[in-house]
Amino acid sequence: MKVAVIDYGMGNLRSVSKALEHVAPQVEVLVTSDAKVVATADRVVFPGQGAMPDCMREMDSRNLRPAVLAAARDRPFLGICIGLQMLFDSSEEGDTQGLGIFPGQVRRFPASGSAQDAGGRLKVPHMGWNQVRQRGPHRLWAGIEDATRFYFVHSYYASPSAGSLIAAETDYGMCFTCAVARDNIFAVQFHPEKSQTSGLRLLANFISWNP
Amino acid sequence: MLAKRVIPCLDVTAGRVVKGVNFVSLRDAGDPVEIAKRYDEQGADELTFLDITASSDDRDLILHVIEGVAAQVFIPLTVGGGVRKVEDVRRLLNAGADKVSINTAAVQNPNLVAESSSRYGSQCIVVAMDVKRGRPLSGSPEGGSEHGLKAQAPEWQVFTHGGRRPTGIDALSWARKMQELGAGEILLTSMDRDGTREGFDLALTRTISDAVDIPVIASGGVGSLEHLAQGVLTGRADAVLAASIFHFGEFSVRQAKEYMAARGIEVRL
Repeated sequence: MKVAVIDYGMGNLRSVSKALEHVAPQVEVLVTSDAKVVATADRVVFPGQGAMPDCMREMDSRNLRPAVLAAARDRPFLGICIGLQMLFDSSEEGDTQGLGIFPGQVRRFPASGSAQDAGGRLKVPHMGWNQVRQRGPHRLWAGIEDATRFYFVHSYYASPSAGSLIAAETDYGMCFTCAVARDNIFAVQFHPEKSQTSGLRLLANFISWNP
Repeated sequence: MLAKRVIPCLDVTAGRVVKGVNFVSLRDAGDPVEIAKRYDEQGADELTFLDITASSDDRDLILHVIEGVAAQVFIPLTVGGGVRKVEDVRRLLNAGADKVSINTAAVQNPNLVAESSSRYGSQCIVVAMDVKRGRPLSGSPEGGSEHGLKAQAPEWQVFTHGGRRPTGIDALSWARKMQELGAGEILLTSMDRDGTREGFDLALTRTISDAVDIPVIASGGVGSLEHLAQGVLTGRADAVLAASIFHFGEFSVRQAKEYMAARGIEVRL
């Protein structure tokens, strides 16, 4: 089995590939910016770091958009962090158009100082381990208890316009969508590759998922 | 609710962990991978590696350390020490670091913070500030109206080169400036408290934490579990970093988190 980790030049994908290799030593993990490799992969991981405008630009400069859209149509597809945000229509970050696979917007956490967290400021980025409340059963939650903590680091969050997409929610000054799912697509705002045992379990579930 | 983080800090020189890490049943007390795995098992929320290698010949060994740890430990890894150029940031991230911390070089060239964060994202740029009490040589020009109010308040100055060299920079305005330039987090070390085991400089921690929107990690002076709790409860730190209380086997990370939980602090257990 071949798993493509899409590399569009944004940040460090070593963590993602190492974690996948750790949970599935039998699988061939390919970190790639080659559309042909993405097209022939059995599963696709769409990670992302940094700013969404840069991610969209770099993806297009490598002509990866058609391969990403094709994978999102017909193969097990896992989006991580910006890889979740890019699935939506648009983002407030740099007023950027996304891939439009899911209806909805990506918004910034409200300016700090307005929200209060135990008397202190609500810090942005939302950084650290927070609880993920599952909206319902899904193969990728197998063996992961409801309200388990995963590692987050982000300043923007997706706001789907279809409630049926929501696979999990997290509270940070407000309740926001931290995972979405539909058919062969699963995407998370947190970083499973950095979320210790539970994160590795989610990645293992993705490898064995047959939607 | 978001958990407050507990972060053990490891000093690394020439590819080996120093400062007497003392775990029973470790085959090799200096092996970074073994030590990192042990802290991971105890529930550390992140790990910070401080490269204190003196010889430039051995500088690249930190890359092997990070590669080795990143292949086996799946929590966030921060690396600092000797980061001078964007190229240094890139190499550490490629080796498997999730965040890179910049200290002296941020003062010498603040643009390094701006350039690194715009290229790799704020989420991976930590600015480390070594701070001592005392009026800076030249005060900050901004906030004229605040100045009268602050006349009686304590002031802190930023130091570089491991706390040896004063910069004349006011810590509060420096923290705000680093946030503006794109730092995603501040690692705040009180040089007055570092190594004393008297606890964090809580006034400093709270002043900086309340002044910026980005998370602040308190560091310097931890001698007891109550100190960790105070860093969060009084200092309003988002994370607490400690070295010696964990290294010498006095307390495990888990004990620290259980203590904090008993004090009403949200932690990941």
